[in-house]
Amino acid sequence: MSHPQAATEFLKDQAKAKWHDETLWFVRDKRDRISKTIPEWEELRNLASQIKENVLSQLDVYLEEFEQNAQKNGIQVHWAKDAEEHNEIVLSILQKQKCRAIVKSKSILTEECHLNPYLEKNGIEVVDTDLGERIVQFLNQPPSHIVLPAIHLKKGEISELFHEKLHTQKGNEDPTYLTHAARLHLREKFLKAKVAITGVNFAVAETGEFVVCTNEGNADMGVHLADVHIACMGIEKIIPRRKDLGVFLRLLARSATGQPVTNYNSHFRSPSPGKEIHLILVDNGRTAQLAREKFRNSLKCIRCGACMNTCPIYRRSGGYSYGSTVPGPIGSILSPGLDMKKHSTLPFASTLCGSCSDVCPVKINIHEQLYEWRQEITKTHGELGKGLSMKLANGIFKSPLAYKISGNLMRAALKTLPKSLIYHPINSWGKGRNLPETPNESFKDWYQRNRK
Amino acid sequence: MSSKAFILSAIRGIGQKGKPLPELPSFGIEEELESAFRKSIEANKGQVVNQEEFSEWLRANNFPKIVVASTSIPFSATISLPEDPHELDDLNLAILEGQLGVAENGAIWLDDRHLPHRALPFITEHLVIVLLKSRLFPTMHQAYEEIGNQHSGFGLFIAGPSKTADIEQSLVIGAHGAMSLRVILV
Ligand code: SF4
Repeated sequence: MSHPQAATEFLKDQAKAKWHDETLWFVRDKRDRISKTIPEWEELRNLASQIKENVLSQLDVYLEEFEQNAQKNGIQVHWAKDAEEHNEIVLSILQKQKCRAIVKSKSILTEECHLNPYLEKNGIEVVDTDLGERIVQFLNQPPSHIVLPAIHLKKGEISELFHEKLHTQKGNEDPTYLTHAARLHLREKFLKAKVAITGVNFAVAETGEFVVCTNEGNADMGVHLADVHIACMGIEKIIPRRKDLGVFLRLLARSATGQPVTNYNSHFRSPSPGKEIHLILVDNGRTAQLAREKFRNSLKCIRCGACMNTCPIYRRSGGYSYGSTVPGPIGSILSPGLDMKKHSTLPFASTLCGSCSDVCPVKINIHEQLYEWRQEITKTHGELGKGLSMKLANGIFKSPLAYKISGNLMRAALKTLPKSLIYHPINSWGKGRNLPETPNESFKDWYQRNRK
Repeated sequence: MSSKAFILSAIRGIGQKGKPLPELPSFGIEEELESAFRKSIEANKGQVVNQEEFSEWLRANNFPKIVVASTSIPFSATISLPEDPHELDDLNLAILEGQLGVAENGAIWLDDRHLPHRALPFITEHLVIVLLKSRLFPTMHQAYEEIGNQHSGFGLFIAGPSKTADIEQSLVIGAHGAMSLRVILV
């Protein structure tokens, strides 16, 4: 399904779509407010961007340094060139442990590698332990947002789901009640698991340690009770020095949810006596993205989700409309690198307003890269490009004339129509949006008139 | 070719010019450390208490199972530490010692050498951390400077009780880890 089609699906439930839009904007607003309390905010963003720039420019050196130090610490390091190899490595560790049930904390990489279905096919029960991820797992859905996995669901839906799965009271929608029911359910899983899988937020080359950040404490509950910890990371997660964590931890949670730091920031350097830590370094298309100069710095991403929360398209079309593991603006520049054909409409799911680039804590020029992808897609894939215009925006951009007319109609309409009518479809993602102030004439009309 | 060799040679094949690694300034904060720290902990839904307040809370609750791993205050454990952390599942209270605190965000550093079990701060129902006022630092920059590259197998910045907002963005305390955090500043 193309992005506009999927967005139309999402917008069918208008009340929910409006709630989604407003809630994410609220998170974005919290990010704004807290960032303004840090006078050096812009300097921190610059530093974070430069550190990542340095890392990407000599990633091979840092990866080797990291591996050596991690091994000295007693961590077993594995390398995987793609998703398949990553999954095989995980399975082989589980088989060696004779382990048939694992707990897993949030890891976008394992989503990207489709680890869960692979393990389940091989007879292993996987329990996602982040509350939001457990909710979507019960529904057989992927997360719809990288930080807020269940943001597309309302508490009524979760209440019904928990009634079915966890036997909570029918109709009880109290978030505290539901959360504590999940706490009991997951506690049992934590106590039984012999192997725990986590993602990695940062890996430090000079110390050979890695850092995992959560608010719930689920990563740590799993890891410290299990005998074996498997940590999965993309090769771009390396940072050079321990003190660089100061910069990144100051930026990450503030950008993600508007809180000053995540509640648990765990630094794993050596296994406890008698236990094992395995770390898997995964490429899966990252070296190919690194080789694309124009798109290289998309690899700076620290997965804070701020670009999603601020994006007018994301907020109004929902995470699933992107059909890729990482949705939103950053997903739209990462995914075409993995499969240009499948994700051809994503770089067009943007107004190019640049808000994503403005909030990004590592200063990725997201909207410029979206524009670059559009050029790549229409230029190098002529065939693809033809099908594309059909897919896009219900044809409104198809011809300059149609575009001009619809623009004129819009300007006339926005002034006179009541709100209820404006929430009517003009194009799929524009359906739920608030009205901009309409100019009396378009730039084009103005230009025509003033040129004379 | 091994996957390691494949990945490294793919990176080297790009032939990038090295970009410089920036030096980090040590940004501070203007506010007085103790009051900033207190505000941060409260914003994270924890509490800062003194020893009397803490004693009172302890008396009122009469917890059956308490573990103590702090030498700075005179409270004693009610159970001895099990060898297997799974047995801590019904632990009511852990009293631990923090090595340093960060004023800007309330993060408290705990390292392995002061943790009899890594699972302790998470599995306990309530968590109390004892922290010396003299060990407060303005921001994460000074905190990492202070920690340096000391080797601890596991280290943790903890800033509040376990929490989640995964159901309609409503904040709920006590997701998987401790249901409350109290910091005793001494
Ligand atoms: S691209 Fe930037 S804003 Fe978006 S998730 Fe990554 S780091 Fe955050």
